[in-house]
Amino acid sequence: MSNQRELRAAGPLNVAAGIAVVASVASVVQWGVPQLGVAAAFLGFIALGEILRISLPNGRQAAPLAAAGALAYALLPSFGDQQVSISIGLAVSVVTLGSAVGSFPRALVGRGMNLEELSRRALITLFTAAIFRPLLPWLAPDGTNPDWKLALVMVAAAVLAAVVDALLAAAVRASQSHRPLRAAIVDEFRALIGIASAITATGVLIALASSKIGYYALPIFAVPLMLTQFSFRRYATIDATYLQTIQSLSKVTEVGGYTEKGHSTRVARLAVMVAREMGVSERDLDDLRYAALMHDIGQLSLPQPIVGGTTTLLPYYEQKRIADLGADVIEQAGLEHAALIVRRQADPYRPYRGSLDDTLPMGSRIIKVCNAYDDFVGASSEIDRMQSAVERLELSVDRDYDPVVVDTLSRIVERQVDYAY
Amino acid sequence: MAQTPLRVNVYLTFVSVLGAVLAAVAALRMPPHYWQYVIPLAILLVAADSGLGVVGIRGGAAVFLAVTGPIAMATILLVPAVGVPLVTMWAGVWGRIGWRRRFMNMGMIAIMGAASAWTYSALGGQLLTDSGVAFSPSHVLLPFLAAALVSEAVNGLLVVCYIGLIESVSPLRVWYGSMAQSALPMLVYSAFGLMLGVTWSFVGPVSAILVLAPLFVSRWIFAEFALRQEAYERTMQSLIKAVETKDYYTRGHSERVAKASVMIGRRSGMREDRVTTLRYAGMLHDVGKLGVPTEVLQASGKLTDDQYEAIQLHPVRGREITKDLEFLGEAIEAIHLHHERIDGRGYPLGLKGAEIPEFARIIAVADAFDSMTTTRSYRGARSVEDAVDELRRCKGSQFDPVMVEALVDSVQSDGWELVDTSTPPEGATPSQAIDEDDPTVASRLGIVVPMAVPRDASEIFDRGVDTDRGGRS
Repeated sequence: MSNQRELRAAGPLNVAAGIAVVASVASVVQWGVPQLGVAAAFLGFIALGEILRISLPNGRQAAPLAAAGALAYALLPSFGDQQVSISIGLAVSVVTLGSAVGSFPRALVGRGMNLEELSRRALITLFTAAIFRPLLPWLAPDGTNPDWKLALVMVAAAVLAAVVDALLAAAVRASQSHRPLRAAIVDEFRALIGIASAITATGVLIALASSKIGYYALPIFAVPLMLTQFSFRRYATIDATYLQTIQSLSKVTEVGGYTEKGHSTRVARLAVMVAREMGVSERDLDDLRYAALMHDIGQLSLPQPIVGGTTTLLPYYEQKRIADLGADVIEQAGLEHAALIVRRQADPYRPYRGSLDDTLPMGSRIIKVCNAYDDFVGASSEIDRMQSAVERLELSVDRDYDPVVVDTLSRIVERQVDYAY
Repeated sequence: MAQTPLRVNVYLTFVSVLGAVLAAVAALRMPPHYWQYVIPLAILLVAADSGLGVVGIRGGAAVFLAVTGPIAMATILLVPAVGVPLVTMWAGVWGRIGWRRRFMNMGMIAIMGAASAWTYSALGGQLLTDSGVAFSPSHVLLPFLAAALVSEAVNGLLVVCYIGLIESVSPLRVWYGSMAQSALPMLVYSAFGLMLGVTWSFVGPVSAILVLAPLFVSRWIFAEFALRQEAYERTMQSLIKAVETKDYYTRGHSERVAKASVMIGRRSGMREDRVTTLRYAGMLHDVGKLGVPTEVLQASGKLTDDQYEAIQLHPVRGREITKDLEFLGEAIEAIHLHHERIDGRGYPLGLKGAEIPEFARIIAVADAFDSMTTTRSYRGARSVEDAVDELRRCKGSQFDPVMVEALVDSVQSDGWELVDTSTPPEGATPSQAIDEDDPTVASRLGIVVPMAVPRDASEIFDRGVDTDRGGRS
């Protein structure tokens, strides 16, 4: 299912990029490459940057050096005090070829090429060159002697390109993952604001500096971005370690025989799926994931495991007590938001004869539904069981469970059932 | 500042006056058209110094990368040597320090600026702001790198003299250490400085935004990293606390076992990164108890066979819980095997001698030691001397003699703080359970422990024979 969707989502993007690349290469073949050395230097730089790609903290990937190199080439006003003529077609060809060459080693070791990212980079290079290059003769007649006005225009073009890039990425993500477009756009901007500003600044700097000092600019001006890359890498490592720790903590209840094997992992996966589709922001998704992984940790304080490990069938006050005990542990771990979600996970959506409670966190409602679903279904993938679990949840909807959450879950289950057929 | 020694005061005054003289000469002798670079650079320095430093992290320790460094270095590419101190001195204007220290800082940075700028021009470095100068390795790049080196050396020297005067240590030694530490940050500084200087020479102050943006992003990410690391430490702590809430008498036990293990590790000359892992092993050694029903942990009186079996499962459960934590490395097996005995009568696997990993042997000793020196419901705490005697009695049978002696040496030289856990607070469930970490209880539980130390066991376990050979298992 996911493969089909991905192809469908990235399809138009890849087709557009393909057309652009073919046209660009054709134009280069037709008119040749005026400054071959410059083109080769940038091509090598982009390829190297592509090899040195990094993971961002939120699971995204980026090749900051390659992106900065691509931006610099599209904006290059001159090179080492010599005039350059870079057509839009040449820019797209050099950037795409460089990225493809740099992706090759990864493809060889079987990690695959990220076609969507390559397409996006080609289209963004096209965009940047198309808005900037026609302005160049007007701003600086022969491109040499760049001044602050040229620098500002370059910054403006680069920022615009970064915004368009984020929008494209958000559109692809939204259509791939049932995520509402607005939420996807917010995600993309939040996730990329840091690295994108470093890329933009470095790209403009390389373009400016190499117009004066030529080849030296490429290695020297790559240093700041290397530092940024290094800091991101450190961050991604600790982030992964942190998630590992929480996952281990969540396994404690299973090891002790309090809950069924894999329960918390499944609840976490399902809860995140539901939340994504409901448009919960990525930052809140992390808290939800932690809360879902550890939602049963309060059971550890019970003298004896509950038979079958299912909390859904316990009386309310028992559920509440487990929730409170667990929340206390999580609070000590410094995860206040996750603790609050766990504390209120047992609370009904609409208390008996009561009115809706605005303070009930969305995360708690999602976990309540997903926990109940998993208690009914478990690790089973029988369609009948999945469907009857949803029907059971629907019986108590608007009383125990939030209707929106149950709706979303039922859509997800429906899709899984469709896929099974 | 009443007790500041005279020599320190003389030094402070000397540096401050020298800095002031350099600045005055600059103001008088510098060709006036360079003021257009001096003023914005000075303003930028003051702004950058106002707490916008960059915290970098290397090898786990925080390194302070100030944004002011690159700006000062860029100055030597833009302003003639005579004028440089007039710019760089502003990097020392902030900070919650007294006026005397402030003047000394400004003086120091002015001296550094002058030294690097004169180096640059002496080696044929040319100003990028002069007309007709183009970037070239021999006239810009190489002199610039040399200047960066000199700047760093002078900085080190000045700081070290100050420290040396205050603390009376050999300045050369400190200087060498600080130089070795700052090699990498210096290269990064220089690159930033070069970039700023080059771009400033033709686009002006706009370049500062472009050059400093990636630096600020790095700073932001490093700060996030530090937050995450803190959160992560807290999570580890809560894991441990979760174990300890189950049994009042073991409160603080994990921390103390970690401490004793680290003492043993350091005493036997272990590398520092392994000591860190050992500390984790100590902190988490009982994490498997989370998987043992509270009922059993808090059972009163003599344990039934079933209950005893349930408790004995805790090392295995500990391994199950921690096995995916890559950063724990060696610690995972230590958690798994910390109840093994040298004579092979331990659990869960019944390994013997060198088959038991080094970390597990360390934890076993530390665990028993802490358990004996704290109060249990069925007995009071023993004195350190008694505990030491008991450890020595059991070495070769239960414990690795090398580790026992390492702990004993360390406790005798550094001391050991006894804790009183005898009075549970109101509401805490006093545990009646007998602690199976306590080497003295084995016989009460009806398990036969041979009291005599087998002669061969201690031979097998001599230091030269076990871990270093590696081929023994």
